[in-house]
Amino acid sequence: MLLRVTDIHKTYQTADGPFAVLRGIDLTLEAGETLALTGESGSGKSTLLHLIGGLDTPDAGQIVLQDQDIAALDDAARAALRRGIVGVVFQQFNLIPSLRIADNIAFQARLAGQHDAAWVKTLTDRMGLSAQLSKYPEQLSGGQQQRVAIARTLAPKPRLVLADEPTGNLDEATAAIVMDLMLELVSEAGAGLLMVTHSEALASRMSRRLHLKAGRVA
Amino acid sequence: MTKATLQALLSHWWRNPLQLFTLLAGLALATALWSGVQAVNAEARASYDAAATTLGEGQYDRLVRRDGQPMAQDTYITLRRAGWLVSPVVQGRLNGVRIVGIEPLTAPGGIGPVAPQEGADAARFLSGEGQLFGNADTASRLPEQAFVITPEAAPGTAVTDIGVAQRLLDRQGQIDTLIVLSGQPMGQPPLADIAPDLARQSAQGGSDIARLTDSFHLNLTAFGLLSFAVGIFIVNGAIGLAFEQRRPVVRTLRALGVPLRGLVVLMGAELMLFALIAGGAGVALGYVVAALLLPDVAATLRGLYGADVSGTLQLRPVWWLSGLAIALGGTAVAASGALYQLAQMPLLAAAQPRALAMAAGKRARFQGIVALGLLCAAGILMATANGLLSGFALLATLLIGAALALPLVLDRVLAGLSRLAKSMTAQWFWADTRQQLPGLSLALMALLLAMAANVGVSTMVSSFRLTFTDFLDQRLASELYVEVEDTAQLAALVDFASPRADAILPIQSAEVMIADQPTEVFGSRDHATYRDNWVFLENTAAAWDRTFDGEAILINEQLARRSGLSIGGVVQVQGQAFPIVGVYGDYGNPIGQAVIGEDAFVRLFPQVIPRRFGLRMDPAAVPGFVQELEEKAGIPATQSVDQAQIKAISLAIFERTFTVTTALNVLTLAVAGFAILMSLLTLATMRVPQLAPVWAMGLTRRQIGWLELMRAMMLAVLTAIVALPLGLALAWALLAVVNVAAFGWKLPMYLFPLDYARLGFFALLAAALAALWPARRLARTPPADLLKVFSNER
Repeated sequence: MLLRVTDIHKTYQTADGPFAVLRGIDLTLEAGETLALTGESGSGKSTLLHLIGGLDTPDAGQIVLQDQDIAALDDAARAALRRGIVGVVFQQFNLIPSLRIADNIAFQARLAGQHDAAWVKTLTDRMGLSAQLSKYPEQLSGGQQQRVAIARTLAPKPRLVLADEPTGNLDEATAAIVMDLMLELVSEAGAGLLMVTHSEALASRMSRRLHLKAGRVA
Repeated sequence: MTKATLQALLSHWWRNPLQLFTLLAGLALATALWSGVQAVNAEARASYDAAATTLGEGQYDRLVRRDGQPMAQDTYITLRRAGWLVSPVVQGRLNGVRIVGIEPLTAPGGIGPVAPQEGADAARFLSGEGQLFGNADTASRLPEQAFVITPEAAPGTAVTDIGVAQRLLDRQGQIDTLIVLSGQPMGQPPLADIAPDLARQSAQGGSDIARLTDSFHLNLTAFGLLSFAVGIFIVNGAIGLAFEQRRPVVRTLRALGVPLRGLVVLMGAELMLFALIAGGAGVALGYVVAALLLPDVAATLRGLYGADVSGTLQLRPVWWLSGLAIALGGTAVAASGALYQLAQMPLLAAAQPRALAMAAGKRARFQGIVALGLLCAAGILMATANGLLSGFALLATLLIGAALALPLVLDRVLAGLSRLAKSMTAQWFWADTRQQLPGLSLALMALLLAMAANVGVSTMVSSFRLTFTDFLDQRLASELYVEVEDTAQLAALVDFASPRADAILPIQSAEVMIADQPTEVFGSRDHATYRDNWVFLENTAAAWDRTFDGEAILINEQLARRSGLSIGGVVQVQGQAFPIVGVYGDYGNPIGQAVIGEDAFVRLFPQVIPRRFGLRMDPAAVPGFVQELEEKAGIPATQSVDQAQIKAISLAIFERTFTVTTALNVLTLAVAGFAILMSLLTLATMRVPQLAPVWAMGLTRRQIGWLELMRAMMLAVLTAIVALPLGLALAWALLAVVNVAAFGWKLPMYLFPLDYARLGFFALLAAALAALWPARRLARTPPADLLKVFSNER
């Protein structure tokens, strides 16, 4: 078992009082498996993704990733987890604007001390970014930037890839190309993929689907 | 991980070189102004210490004559024979060099030439043939003398054997002071028995000159600190902006697995590295500033206090190390807020737009409360401050309080103006200016401080100049001043001048202690010159009549303030009581002064022979009189100085006194102009997304550029309007509080509207020049860049 999430709860304080985003979520994910998280806006999809990625901590429940309980880890240990085991693809790309594309792609692998030049080259070629390596992110289109973000996430060969609406900012044709590449590469790497999406078409390409409604599995 | 993170952090600066330049230049300028002033102070203090070491000032008691006159060599011999371990000293000036004559066999160790130097000939030193010890500059001023160069010697001072000094100064058989050595034998006869006309002065644990000039250096330090504060405003702005821009990158780095603590440490280390680089450049620049300022400071100190300060700068480790330390400290202070925010930032916090972050109501409220508190404290200090420390506290609270209040005041003013706007463009202009205000507020604060300092210091200087010129007219009323060397010349002068001059007014004085203050007492002749010209700060009726009758005394403001004396008080002079009937202004004089009638003076100080005289006559007759005085009375023209000459010399000394502050004023204003330029340039890079919609709606790029220029000038004008009352308050604090505490006299405050208008114009010009380049850049932004804003929004 790559990932096991058990009875997760999360509440945020808002101006109108406490708001329970997650109310007891359970899920599991095997290595090589792909899972789509769907649901309406505010159903808790992104929050769940952040908790699994160690970007935030749950109020209650367990998140066990490769036999480690993420909720019990301190900040430094969760940071180490994000460096090496988990890779996150954001909707807004979150590239480092002052680094060239080549450095952006290799960045997380270098951070994790798992830089494999051959694998990075493979990713670059497969993503069609070889001609863009010396450019800066602002010089690329949205679709190209998202491909860079995916390549950066896959470069350290993470065990689990978390993607938060990775094609939300792209047009349909570009989104399809980017998605094809991501699924291929995740499959080749043998990693698990958990993807938040609003798109029925994308969700249908995953091994499984989990629909959230008002903080619960529908 | 560290390498990759550092690469990501540093790459920001390579992609934003202007921001890096702002940070480094701001810090370098701040350090330069601060360390430049410190270098001047350090050099002056080193000179005082060297001068003090020359005669062991502060280490040994001294014997001097009670009337301040030289003593005879016989007195020294009498004391030695009676078992007193004393060593004689004679001092005087030759070609502007202070000649110090000591007796090497009896002088205590550690004074005089520091150590036997190469080239020194003990036999020649002692033989009276004459070898002088001094630095190279001093030696060059006495080319005909045999010199041994001692670089560590006090500037402008030559030490030699007492016999040589007496011969050079033409003071054979005279001694000024006797140094009392420590470890005197038991059972000596009391001083009163063997030399009753001598008084023992105890060692005061410090150099007199150093104490006397402390206030001057404190003023310089305060100015250096102000300049440093203006520079730190720039640094704070640059760091704040850089952190704001890097907030999304920081979030990404953390999301990718860089621990928060490591990130804070790396960003702190990155800034410290910059601080070291900029600090090093600043120290080097400070050295140049100091080298430029030092000659004027040296001239000022020599003119005002008679203190000799080396005109050349030495690279002292303490100074450059402290320069680097202040650069690191300043950066730490400027960055602490940004680093704290970074440490507190939740990982999932959205990157807020700068405008929203800066204008956060909570922060503005806090800033308002602090500003109000500081201004209230300044108000209380205005009413109560009476010392140097409280005076500087007043300046600090006033300046910082006003600076913090500025953005809030401007925001309110802009809100009011936007309500008056009728056209859509005007409404957008005011609203957009309000939005820009947070980004520009630090530069505007720097401009406010620089302008207020300019108004304050120029008001002080101009008030001082006006008062001082009037004062010179009062005090230098005689048309000609003649100095005589001996009683024969005295008689010749009186014989010659009596039938030709309207009046001969002796200028005679003696040094005494009045109310525990060293005071110079003058004995003045009854004449209309005094009655018509001198202006009292307070006086009783018939003050001059009573003074000339020998019944009463007049004292200067310094003595009155330091001793708490006023009209109606009584002081003792040589055992005689004199009621105080007047207090007069005595600007530029560091010590106490008093005036009694001539008859009373002659009775109390019979040994004092007047050597200087003021002669009243038709100004046109002065040149002929001087010529005839030489030809017929045998008094050389070199012993006569006409009034105009003295006034010119006094004014020249005064002008140089304030050259330093004027130079610092200009530098501070330049730094503020630089702050505006850098802020506008940095903001210009962030302006495109804000201006693109306005361009799309129909404003041309040229119009946008003009509006940007107008905005900067309008903000400079508003800042100038706030700076004027602040500067006047600053001037008041300097004149009524700091000056009184530092120098002992209060100056009347005059206003100089034309000067302020000129300063306002220069500030406007600085703002316009600073805004021109960024405005031009915006006006020439390619349409493609403006369009990109919309395509990025997809």
